[in-house]
Amino acid sequence: MDSVTFDLAQIPLRQVNTFLHQHPEQKTGKVTLLNPDGAHSIAVGLNAAIEVEILGHAGYYAAGMNQQGTVTIHGNAGPGVAENMMSGRVHVKGFASVSAGASAHGGLLTIDGDAGLRCGISLKGGDIVVGGAVGSFSGFMAQAGRMVICGDAGDALGDSLYEAVIYVRGQIKSLGADAQIEPMREADYQGLRELLDRAGFSYSPAEFKRIASARQLYHWNADADQEY
Amino acid sequence: MCGIVGLLIKQPHLRASLGELLVPMLVGMGDRGPDSAGLAIFSDALPETERKYSLYSGGTTYGWGDLAKNLQIQFGFVPDLEVQGNHAVLTAALAPDQFKPWLQQHYPQLHLLSVGRSIDLYKDTGRPEEVADRYQFLNLQGSHTVGHTRMATESAVTPAHAHPFTAGEDFCLVHNGSLSNPNQIRRQLEPRGIHFETDNDTEAACRFLEWRMREGDTLETAIQQGFEALDGFYTFLIGTADKLALVRDAFACKPAIVAETADYVAIASEFRSLAHLPDVKQARIYEPAPEEIYLWTV
Repeated sequence: MDSVTFDLAQIPLRQVNTFLHQHPEQKTGKVTLLNPDGAHSIAVGLNAAIEVEILGHAGYYAAGMNQQGTVTIHGNAGPGVAENMMSGRVHVKGFASVSAGASAHGGLLTIDGDAGLRCGISLKGGDIVVGGAVGSFSGFMAQAGRMVICGDAGDALGDSLYEAVIYVRGQIKSLGADAQIEPMREADYQGLRELLDRAGFSYSPAEFKRIASARQLYHWNADADQEY
Repeated sequence: MCGIVGLLIKQPHLRASLGELLVPMLVGMGDRGPDSAGLAIFSDALPETERKYSLYSGGTTYGWGDLAKNLQIQFGFVPDLEVQGNHAVLTAALAPDQFKPWLQQHYPQLHLLSVGRSIDLYKDTGRPEEVADRYQFLNLQGSHTVGHTRMATESAVTPAHAHPFTAGEDFCLVHNGSLSNPNQIRRQLEPRGIHFETDNDTEAACRFLEWRMREGDTLETAIQQGFEALDGFYTFLIGTADKLALVRDAFACKPAIVAETADYVAIASEFRSLAHLPDVKQARIYEPAPEEIYLWTV
């Protein structure tokens, strides 16, 4: 397949998504989408090593459930961008609204600007790199994977974390229940350097703090005051 | 779900196209709120002694001539009555405490939607494109406007339950979300003589904030009080004679996006409703932060 351009002001999005879903094995070129204008569910459910460029702002759930695809949004993304991504890459050049990368199992989500609240909520294995700040409740109940926050983090960062790890360069307004700052280990420096490189940021890993679970919520504490 | 739209024109020469800019914004939020739609529009203030009254008659048509005639008999002047189907905007040198009791006594079937020196208000059931057509929103002119498309979640679908809600003079509010303590607010306000017209949660927020301002708060301090008193999820857009204010609850559960240029400030629940605006690609676009007050003055 050669490169192809669709103008979403002319062609219904459903038709474009159907095209993206058909015969994925034959698609090797680049698909450019013009005038996204905040439409919902652009390029959702990709399952091919296909490259999609979205020239403008995307609405809810852009590039959700992505597998293998590389999706670049040259603008802002609405709620739930790259939600439940399995593999591949999603790159938001502007800011991303709430719940970016929620429950992603794999792949890499890069956000050049800020991310809203609940970024990486229930992360299950993917990597998220945010160039700016993230809002409150980010990383809530994140189970596996990594979040890198190059700016500041809002309230209750990493509340009820499981085995996901969060790296923060800026200020943390507050940590959530059971989240704690831990010393960086050699494996952290190495992994973070590689992740920052892939996401296109040149910060030094030495500037980051590691946040992970204290694992106090993993087990029932019989000694705790149970009067409620 | 509901849709919120707002527009404040910075350059006076663009005020004539306020309706043309706004209608696609409102229609664009139709999928978020197909039950009802409405808007309040603010224009240059009338002289101190005059008031505009936006009236709604219920049915599809109404004999407004009878109202004009009786007003003339009662108050001794021919009122200016701009009729748009079952809505009419009455302009007169007539104080609200004179007009309101008279209207209630003689025309109990008429609903008074808004009072003020700057505000006109239209709201009705139906999809936003139908409501916009019905009242010719395209022709509206003014400095700023607040609009809403409703998907009812907590009270009936009637014209009275549509947004914007008003209280006092030149004050309106639209809401996307749901409040959990509107009855508590009502119990707080009703003993102070504040009368509610519906069982809608948004009306409680509207009357609470307007009450705070009547008690001497600025719009900003009233909203601060609102953060303490109003529990639930909300994006509020508030219009006064010369201001637009935008706020979200602490969890920012309900969406909002702002596009700002040298010509205008435009607000919508989603970018879809801003995409058609002139120069929007060059606009400063951002999402309002939770529990922060965004305020623009005409």
